[in-house]
Amino acid sequence: MGYLLRRLFATLPVLAVVAVIVFLLIHLSPGDPAALIAGDLATGEDIAKLHTALGLDQPLWKQFALWIGRLASGDLGTSIYTQVPVTELLSQRLEPTFSIAAITMLLTIVTAIPLGTLAAATAGTWIDRCVMIFAVLAFSVPVFMVGYLLIYTFAVRLPWFPVQGYVHVADGVGPWLRSLVLPCVNLALVYIALVTRMTRATVLEILHEDYIRTARAKGLGALAVLGHALRNAAIPIATTVGVGIALLIGGVVVTETVFAIPGIGRLVIDSVQRHDYPVIQSVLLVSAATYVLINLLIDLSYRLFDPRIRY
Amino acid sequence: MTPASAIPTADSGTEERAFVVPRWRWLKKHPTLIVGLGLLSIVTVLSVAAPWIAPFDPQDIDPLARIQPSSHEHWFGTDALGRDVLSRALWGGRVSLVVAFSVSMLATVIGVLLGLTAGFVRRADAIVMRFMDGLMAIPGILLAVALMAVIQASLTTVILAITVPEIPRVVRLVRSLALTLREQLYVEAAHAVGTRLPTILWRHVLPNMVAPLIVQATFVAAAAVLTEAALSFLGVGVPAQTPSWGNMMAEGRNFVVVAFHVILYPGILLAVTVLAINLVGDGLRDALDPRLAKQL
Repeated sequence: MGYLLRRLFATLPVLAVVAVIVFLLIHLSPGDPAALIAGDLATGEDIAKLHTALGLDQPLWKQFALWIGRLASGDLGTSIYTQVPVTELLSQRLEPTFSIAAITMLLTIVTAIPLGTLAAATAGTWIDRCVMIFAVLAFSVPVFMVGYLLIYTFAVRLPWFPVQGYVHVADGVGPWLRSLVLPCVNLALVYIALVTRMTRATVLEILHEDYIRTARAKGLGALAVLGHALRNAAIPIATTVGVGIALLIGGVVVTETVFAIPGIGRLVIDSVQRHDYPVIQSVLLVSAATYVLINLLIDLSYRLFDPRIRY
Repeated sequence: MTPASAIPTADSGTEERAFVVPRWRWLKKHPTLIVGLGLLSIVTVLSVAAPWIAPFDPQDIDPLARIQPSSHEHWFGTDALGRDVLSRALWGGRVSLVVAFSVSMLATVIGVLLGLTAGFVRRADAIVMRFMDGLMAIPGILLAVALMAVIQASLTTVILAITVPEIPRVVRLVRSLALTLREQLYVEAAHAVGTRLPTILWRHVLPNMVAPLIVQATFVAAAAVLTEAALSFLGVGVPAQTPSWGNMMAEGRNFVVVAFHVILYPGILLAVTVLAINLVGDGLRDALDPRLAKQL
């Protein structure tokens, strides 16, 4: 319990740094943020009004303190473009993004770990080579390119899945899953490549350990030996899955654009075009917090994999 | 053959090889490196030579020849404005290569400066690393997108926006290397005889980091090419009139169903370039130091 608290506290400086970066972002622009937000058609008066409304006439540290204070009370501000509270905007967009992320993650874990283990077990053979070629390729082809290839093949040529769009889970689980197959496969490919490579490298190293030789010597079957190896490889693999979350969140932005899914990624891109800074800032904050939180959970899960770890 | 005469032969097998065997045979042992370098040189030559070998002006609009499939005149077909896809694809390579090179150089230089500071100046360590942790927590593309939202879009700003999220990876690598090198006897000895810190870093520490840094720089370059394309694709990259692979694919996405070729060819070139850089990275890593395999 003490450890949990200590780990929780350790995330605070990271989140604080994120907050500073995100706050300063808007002040990074060479011009007046108010003028930038107001757009090309705004008059001087409009800009002055916005200036006061945004609190830009206050000193920087005061603006930051006010902003942090509101954040702490769960207020992410109001969208300049739609005049809707950002928390509301985000919660409307959460379902598609969360669905994509969760299914992609699941898909990755059930594919990449067996694939990486297979490659390690058959290291040097053509199976291993095929897996590694796939991993390098998936890492090199742009996500949106694969996305369009998938749409072209499995939605246009073979009408198996919808071309674009998202069906809410409330409108039926079947259609919901069908609308998610292509985006999730698309996004998972990069992630699978990353985790497969890591799994292969880790398992390969462990297969050279003494205890594996002992296990083999006492006549343990190949599968059981791999089981031993995998359990010991769990921590590096889990760490990679955690670091990959950043990749996943970044990829969601692209995938949602390709498949025209009204999720949080799409929201950011729309907000960038509208200079809607409160929304952009909030999405950055929320994704960074998600990243930190998931990595914290992964850290805490190490004990499940390795009971020798005591906190 | 007596056992005595067998010994020198065994020796010559290992000892002399380093002297006698020409360089290309060392390369031959690393086929990924060769394939990667080969592909990368082809892409580079084609991009550099674009002004001379492109059959058309990349900006030439031909309203009568819009969205045409591959033909004898237009090998890669034409796009929605009737521009020649092949010519634009050749010019587009320049943007990607400039981005790849600039981002990896910038990220490496800044990363080395910050990483060495963190590794050798104890008071700066915590500050630098907490800042890097924060930067790393924000997904790279999101950070780049947000940066592009506040700064005017140009090639330079795109390069900067892609560089910032890449810096923490370099800093972490440099710092971890610095922590080991700091304890080396020759570094301690240099300290002991009164060598100043900058000299120690330059003469004794940096040269020992070169191999992993080069490998890391190639991976940064590959990521940069992909991010640049993604930014253009999302509409926040280099200005739309610049022919870049990302811009071509962004424009082509509205015609995907009727004219897949508009995004197919730049996509293939982009993938080949990134693949080539990744292969060079993998090859260099294995050739320079196989122990890096798990770190990078």
